[in-house]
Amino acid sequence: MFDYATLKVIWWLLVGVLLIGFAIMDGHDMGVGTLLPFVGKTDNERRVVINTVGPHWDGNQVWFITGGGAIFAAWPLVYATAFSGFYWAMLAVLWALFFRPVGFDYRSKIDNPVWRKTWDWGLFVGGAIPPLIFGVAFGNLLQGVPFHFDNNLASYYTGSFWALLNPFALLCGLVSTTMITFHGAVYLAHRTEGAIGARSRNASYIFGTLLIVTFSLAGIWLWQSIPGYVIETAVSPNALPNPLGKSVIRETGAWLQNYQRYPLTTLLPLLVYVMAPTAMLLVSRGKTLLGFIASSITIIGVIGTAGVSMFPFIMPSSTDFGSSLTVWDSVSSHLTLGIMLVATLIFMPIIIIYTSWAYKVMAGKVTLAYIRENDHSAY
Amino acid sequence: MISEQLVDLSRLQFAATALYHFLFVPLTLGMTWILVIMESVYVMTGKTIYKDMTRFWGKLFGINFALGVTTGITMEFQFGTNWAYYSHYVGDIFGAPLAIEGLMAFFLESTFIGLFFFGWDRLSRQQHLLVTTLMAIGTNLSALWILIANGWMQNPVGAEFSYITMRMEMVDFAAVLFNPDAQAKFVHTVSAGYVTGSMFVLAISSWYLLKKRNVEFARRSFSIAAAFGLASILSTIVLGDESGYTVGEAQKTKLAAMEAMWETEHAPAGFNLIAFPNEKEMRNTYALEIPYVMGLIGTRSLDKEIPGIKEIIANNRARVVSGIKAVTALDALRKNDTSPEVKKTFEAHKADLGFGLLLRKYVVSISDVTPEMIDQAARDTIPKVAPMFWSFRIMVGLGFAMLALFVLAAWYSVKGNFAEKPWLLRWALWFLPAPWIAAELGWFVAEYGRQPWTIYGVLPTHLSVSTLSIESLYGSLAGFIGFYTLLLVVEMYLMVRFARQGPGSLGTGRYDNEVAHSPHA
Repeated sequence: MFDYATLKVIWWLLVGVLLIGFAIMDGHDMGVGTLLPFVGKTDNERRVVINTVGPHWDGNQVWFITGGGAIFAAWPLVYATAFSGFYWAMLAVLWALFFRPVGFDYRSKIDNPVWRKTWDWGLFVGGAIPPLIFGVAFGNLLQGVPFHFDNNLASYYTGSFWALLNPFALLCGLVSTTMITFHGAVYLAHRTEGAIGARSRNASYIFGTLLIVTFSLAGIWLWQSIPGYVIETAVSPNALPNPLGKSVIRETGAWLQNYQRYPLTTLLPLLVYVMAPTAMLLVSRGKTLLGFIASSITIIGVIGTAGVSMFPFIMPSSTDFGSSLTVWDSVSSHLTLGIMLVATLIFMPIIIIYTSWAYKVMAGKVTLAYIRENDHSAY
Repeated sequence: MISEQLVDLSRLQFAATALYHFLFVPLTLGMTWILVIMESVYVMTGKTIYKDMTRFWGKLFGINFALGVTTGITMEFQFGTNWAYYSHYVGDIFGAPLAIEGLMAFFLESTFIGLFFFGWDRLSRQQHLLVTTLMAIGTNLSALWILIANGWMQNPVGAEFSYITMRMEMVDFAAVLFNPDAQAKFVHTVSAGYVTGSMFVLAISSWYLLKKRNVEFARRSFSIAAAFGLASILSTIVLGDESGYTVGEAQKTKLAAMEAMWETEHAPAGFNLIAFPNEKEMRNTYALEIPYVMGLIGTRSLDKEIPGIKEIIANNRARVVSGIKAVTALDALRKNDTSPEVKKTFEAHKADLGFGLLLRKYVVSISDVTPEMIDQAARDTIPKVAPMFWSFRIMVGLGFAMLALFVLAAWYSVKGNFAEKPWLLRWALWFLPAPWIAAELGWFVAEYGRQPWTIYGVLPTHLSVSTLSIESLYGSLAGFIGFYTLLLVVEMYLMVRFARQGPGSLGTGRYDNEVAHSPHA
């Protein structure tokens, strides 16, 4: 079996994989939800849009649930500190997510325009708010979060909810929202035709461009004026995790050090600049499936960039630098990380196989004719 | 110091959201298998009516499932948002089953539920049946992992405390998996879910039969529900008894409170059928006792004693005293005093650390502890007796009443004349809420009965909370109440509407109350 230090790094990668999986899979559903009121003009057009994700959104949402569970199991201190510290932000995500299961399932069960329009906006909220808040959360992680531990490792968050909404964090929120909406638009372009397809293609051009702009702005801002964090003391990666046993300093430019140290990682931001335009080009040529793959790789680039910038930090503390949570000292025990790795290696391939099969069964364009024929069973 | 108000509000929020979530879970657990049964009959006989049954009951199942998913996410969030110290302290063990639940069960259930609803025209009959079956397996595996996590809260096996990481750490995963508490709880809980599904189909079918609508459809549904329900209620009662036995093994406090047993009686102890417990004087003002029965349930023997509440308090007082030494040593260790004597004291009293931590409710510094506080901490280890006693008895009473109903329903199904027994149909209809009431009370007995611990004997509830402000708690609680009330109104409206309309809502043209195609289409 792997030694403790290796497992800690593997779990950093796996949490990354789960977050990227969530952004690619649940992300396209959320993008579709965000675009729903705009690309669907009539009730039946909106039903077309909803039914492109109808059979899949529930399975995709499990990426989110499993990601949360994996953070709980692999990084219990991060789970505890982030969820309680970001209390109101987390509740906002949760309450926005409430609109999705009921929105999808209940909307078309009653034939009343007010009822249906209300749920359409519910699905918009459920699609747009979570990516926005996750982006804002990442923006705050990059700046450091005001929390500290007492000697028994109880965490105390000393900031307010409103302080989370600072300009840099809001910009990061826009990066994540445009990324998810772009991805959803590419997916919709793949699964729809006619007027809806044309509007989806346009949306993919708009949000793809906005993604490149906001991503660049955030990058410049980070480079110019967001100080990063550095562990000053010698790190012993194999040691038992103790977040209070190190000293940390804050210094400008620290978030770019990993790119100098491991030049190969600069490929991650580059992916965004190559793959987002490629996706738009492919969509315009009608190669929408390849376009979807390209927008998925774009997501890997965006999330990977944020992750590599901060490594080995996960949640730096801006008020008590030493309490910062890192890959080395906020993890579960060696045994638990090992068990979780085995479980992931067994089940992840199985999940990917049956998810692919589900998409294959439901493949093809969703059309207005399909909605008319399946008036009572379609969403 | 953590205020009592914060602890109470956090508990109230967790209890309210968990009990609410648990309104939807049992029905999901039971309905998935009923759908598998109906669809299997369809695949074997090729009779369209069974396909319609699968689709119609599936529609009602879907309305319920949507809220199950919605409220389930809350549960996963809440450990982190409101129980941060708990999450840190036991995440090493508790987090793993939750993550594996996602990987192994929830993905399966949620991916195939999409194909269940949308795959009818794209899959062969056998493929679709396979999809339905995988959905049912996923749902049930999901319950398995959640109850492994919960079973560990009740009986924390396979883990050890580490003062360096200041938390519990897993040492034996197999012990966590095969925890007898988890296994007994799993089978009892899923069986109760099957009863809920059966009661749901039985009650609504009875209503159609009373109204003489969709008679063929309702008759077949009734028979399936009666047969499945009878098997399930028997298994719930038998395995509930097994659950009682494991509780007696691991949690003597819960058993004693459930039974209002103040004194240790000579074996075999009698069972209090009715009692009016007086908490203050620690006795029952009145009790109707059946001899021997309690000893049999609790110990499976005639000669083993079951400790009464007073004896348990005395034993726990000794553990609190020992726990003080553990906490004192731990405080020294955390301040980097790792001398051999301190380590030795800590190791000697480590098993009682949790009991020492109970005192943190009353003092910041463990050296300020008074004998009164020790007495109080020992008394705190017993949950309130009267709510435990009565909740348990109402649950069991409803269980036996449902057993009688399902026996009669199955008997008249075999004879084929249940549709001409309006008293039976009315009984089934009026008993619709019974499995939900029993399930909620069962949850209450298990979780309220675990108090004052979140992890039994290890981590006191009042230490487990997040350090949030009271205002945050009032705000979030108000938000949950608002959202959940609204969602319940919407869900009940749809459920009643579609149940009333019946299979006509499928738009197949084969049933009463057909719906027209919508004008927008």
